[in-house]
Amino acid sequence: MSSDLTTVPKGIAGPSNFLDERIGGANFLKRNLRKIFPDHWSFLLGEIALYAFILLLLTGTFLTLWFKPSMGEIAYDGSYAPLKGVMMSEAYASSLEISFDVRGGLLVRQMHHWAALLFVSGMLVHMLRVFFTGAYRKPRELNWLIGVLLFTLALVEGLTGYSLPDDLLSGAGLRITEGVAISLPLVGTYITFFLFGGEYPGEDIISRFYSLHILLIPGLILALVSAHLVLMWVQKHTQMPGKGRTNKNVVGAPFYPAFMAKAGAYTLFTFAVVAGLATFTQINPIWLFGPYTPADISAGSQPDWYMGFLEGSLRLMPSWEINLFGTSHAGTLPLSVIIPALVPLGLVMTGLALYPFLERWITGDHSEHHVADRPRNNPHRTSIGMAAIVFYGVLWLLGANDELSANFQISLNWTTYIGRVLVFLGPALAYIITYRVCLGLQRSDAAVVSHGVESGVIKRLPHGEFIEIHTPAADDIEAHVRGKQAVPMLPVEADGAGIPPKGMRGPLGKLRARMSRAYGGEKIALDEGHGHGHEDEHAAIGSGEDRSLTH
Amino acid sequence: MTDIEHEIEQPDERVPKRVIGTPAPGTSMLGDGEPAARDAEVAGVTYQDETKARKAEKIVALCFTITFLAAIAFIISYVVFQVGSPEKTAISNLALGGSLTLALLGLAVGIVVWVRQIMPKYSLIQERHPMVSDDDTREVVAETFLQGAKESGFVKRPLLRRTLLLAAAPLGLIPLVLLRDLDNSKMPGAKFNETLRHTVWGEKTKDGKPLRLVVEGTGQPIRAADFNSPGGILSVVPEGYQHDLNALAKATLILIKFRADEIKSGTNLNWTHDGIVAYSKICTHVGCPAALYEQTTHHILCPCHQSTFDAADGAKVIFGPAARPLPQLPITVDDQGYLIAKGDFAVPPGPSYWERGDAEAEARAKGGHA
Repeated sequence: MSSDLTTVPKGIAGPSNFLDERIGGANFLKRNLRKIFPDHWSFLLGEIALYAFILLLLTGTFLTLWFKPSMGEIAYDGSYAPLKGVMMSEAYASSLEISFDVRGGLLVRQMHHWAALLFVSGMLVHMLRVFFTGAYRKPRELNWLIGVLLFTLALVEGLTGYSLPDDLLSGAGLRITEGVAISLPLVGTYITFFLFGGEYPGEDIISRFYSLHILLIPGLILALVSAHLVLMWVQKHTQMPGKGRTNKNVVGAPFYPAFMAKAGAYTLFTFAVVAGLATFTQINPIWLFGPYTPADISAGSQPDWYMGFLEGSLRLMPSWEINLFGTSHAGTLPLSVIIPALVPLGLVMTGLALYPFLERWITGDHSEHHVADRPRNNPHRTSIGMAAIVFYGVLWLLGANDELSANFQISLNWTTYIGRVLVFLGPALAYIITYRVCLGLQRSDAAVVSHGVESGVIKRLPHGEFIEIHTPAADDIEAHVRGKQAVPMLPVEADGAGIPPKGMRGPLGKLRARMSRAYGGEKIALDEGHGHGHEDEHAAIGSGEDRSLTH
Repeated sequence: MTDIEHEIEQPDERVPKRVIGTPAPGTSMLGDGEPAARDAEVAGVTYQDETKARKAEKIVALCFTITFLAAIAFIISYVVFQVGSPEKTAISNLALGGSLTLALLGLAVGIVVWVRQIMPKYSLIQERHPMVSDDDTREVVAETFLQGAKESGFVKRPLLRRTLLLAAAPLGLIPLVLLRDLDNSKMPGAKFNETLRHTVWGEKTKDGKPLRLVVEGTGQPIRAADFNSPGGILSVVPEGYQHDLNALAKATLILIKFRADEIKSGTNLNWTHDGIVAYSKICTHVGCPAALYEQTTHHILCPCHQSTFDAADGAKVIFGPAARPLPQLPITVDDQGYLIAKGDFAVPPGPSYWERGDAEAEARAKGGHA
């Protein structure tokens, strides 16, 4: 075994010196090499998205070397026999070429598609983690907004990429995009003609989507991801509550060497999972679908998962259409397209973007937060999040109602009817249930703190009753539970004369006060105790320093 | 910093399955135990046991060797396995993907073992500082801003300010103006919706005859007498436009043969020929081809969003999000008995759009049937 280094080796010292003399890098490194990163499994979710994005850039660049973004018709002359001589676009032909005539082409194409699915999934779960732990609170609202923007861009990026191979399935997605675009009031036909270069499908859309997909949107995503990471770096990561962790410090492992190595390993894990999926799990076998024609479609056409909720909401909608003026040349409002295409997406995205600001308005909380909330400790927020998940989930599930119907032998029409009810009922139920579960979990926390945990020691009391002796919770667990802070609340109480405080007097003010009272405050105080059982009989085990709960 | 405290920082690593509330391993049930001997030179850095680390080093080395071998296997596979047919591509994909996965996984696992078993355990603490700058700094910035504004003359010289705004406005419009020719048809914008109202079924062939209905795929014209089994269905495109996707996106038909007594009042009988009815195949919801047909119920179903139309009754909507029936195409036969279009659709086929208006009323006003 070689001995440890005592001086920086020449190979590193030389270039470092060169750089430092020119850009003063040592100052930056002095501050940042040992930057502390707190540890929690849920902090790794966003990294999945980051590494998937890197993989998307790598595999995507490879694909561009062969892909031809052209809708020019050619007769297929590649090595996939069943399509020989078939007329198709150059885009589709080159996608087939990548799949069958380039070694590793199919692997990279499948990796690209899997990485895209993982990219959006990673962003979604990361966003949920940030939401449920309140990590979007001051000072991180800007980073939250960047995240919402990134998520939206990722959906557009996915949509444009899905359309590029120009097979029958990708064309079906494009047709739906056109149907939605043309339904927009006033501007629909103009948008469609400008987007497609004339009537659908035209000969331009693939090359246009191509430049959006490989240049404009990834460029924006790259810029925003960089800003996202810089802000995270500057503001330092939030940490979970625990022993020694306060709002004024950060406890964890240093960037160099531990976090750096972990991040490297995690990158490789993400790559390996994607490579494994691409090896063993077929995705989007475009050669089976054939070239796109607006005259055909295959049954069971499904979008990628992240578009499923839009598909579901389109399927769910009743056939509403309004003719505003009753004339024959203007005023058609196809509500059965506009509402499902815009409202759920708009609700979710606007709700996400505004949430930090609405919460601050309701709680009046202007302080900085660096310790994450446990979801149970802000029950209304958690319930709102769960309601949103169920809303999204029902729409998403209904996006596959034909599959549900086929696999579970349910009438297709009934899946829709049930879905129409569930999309409203589900979120309401989720809200109520989640709220109760959160309070229940808070109670159990309070019991751990004030009552202790079961020690496993059974004691028989003089009158014959058996009880289990409780012992104080371990320090770390107790610190974790005691990290709870009451949700801040506005000063809503009326003064002695019954006059509500300033700003709470008008109708909006009253609403704000009511919401603040409901949303904020301590629901279950930690030291309230358990309120039942053997008041004085929980005799201590062992020494007299027992602080178990003899209240 | 004791070992026990250290447990707190890495609960998921060291104590994977501890039930909440239960004491950490090694904690005395009778209050706090003695702090474990400290191994670290720096507070918060706990070095690993050297024997464990030595064992881990071997595992890491094994992992890295696996990566080395797998990467070599990838290169060999690239040379050995050729692509071409689906079968050969599948084998190549398996060999390349398998070795790549293994190579990445080996490196990933190796580094994780390295970090967890060889590098020290950390529980370092860093102070946070409020993001807000201190008052002095803010004041200096504000003063500097005002000073700069004054020096620039922006506030004092309104002419400069106003002409600058004037200059910026049209300059900002240039990128928008440049986008006008995105529409390659070069039509005036007001004409866009006119083109949506018409399909090629209103056109004539070169020798002035109406267009024949031809079978999608084969391009064969359809002799009415041959299309005679009730319940039969064909996907039909206009003669001469089999490869014109723009034409197909509006003009594709679904052709159904009924027994005379099956047809209900919603269908315009004048536009049928001998029980043969032609509907637009383009769904009136968002334009997917409504390609599925159930013979027993006469239901046409769009696989995208499951709009369902009753083919026997003018393709009226009986389920799903589509708001309007599939438009019916007037058909007849030419002198050789082939099916032809009598004219264009009376109303625009396909998805609704703002300028579509009440096209049905317009068609009725012209004396037609919508």
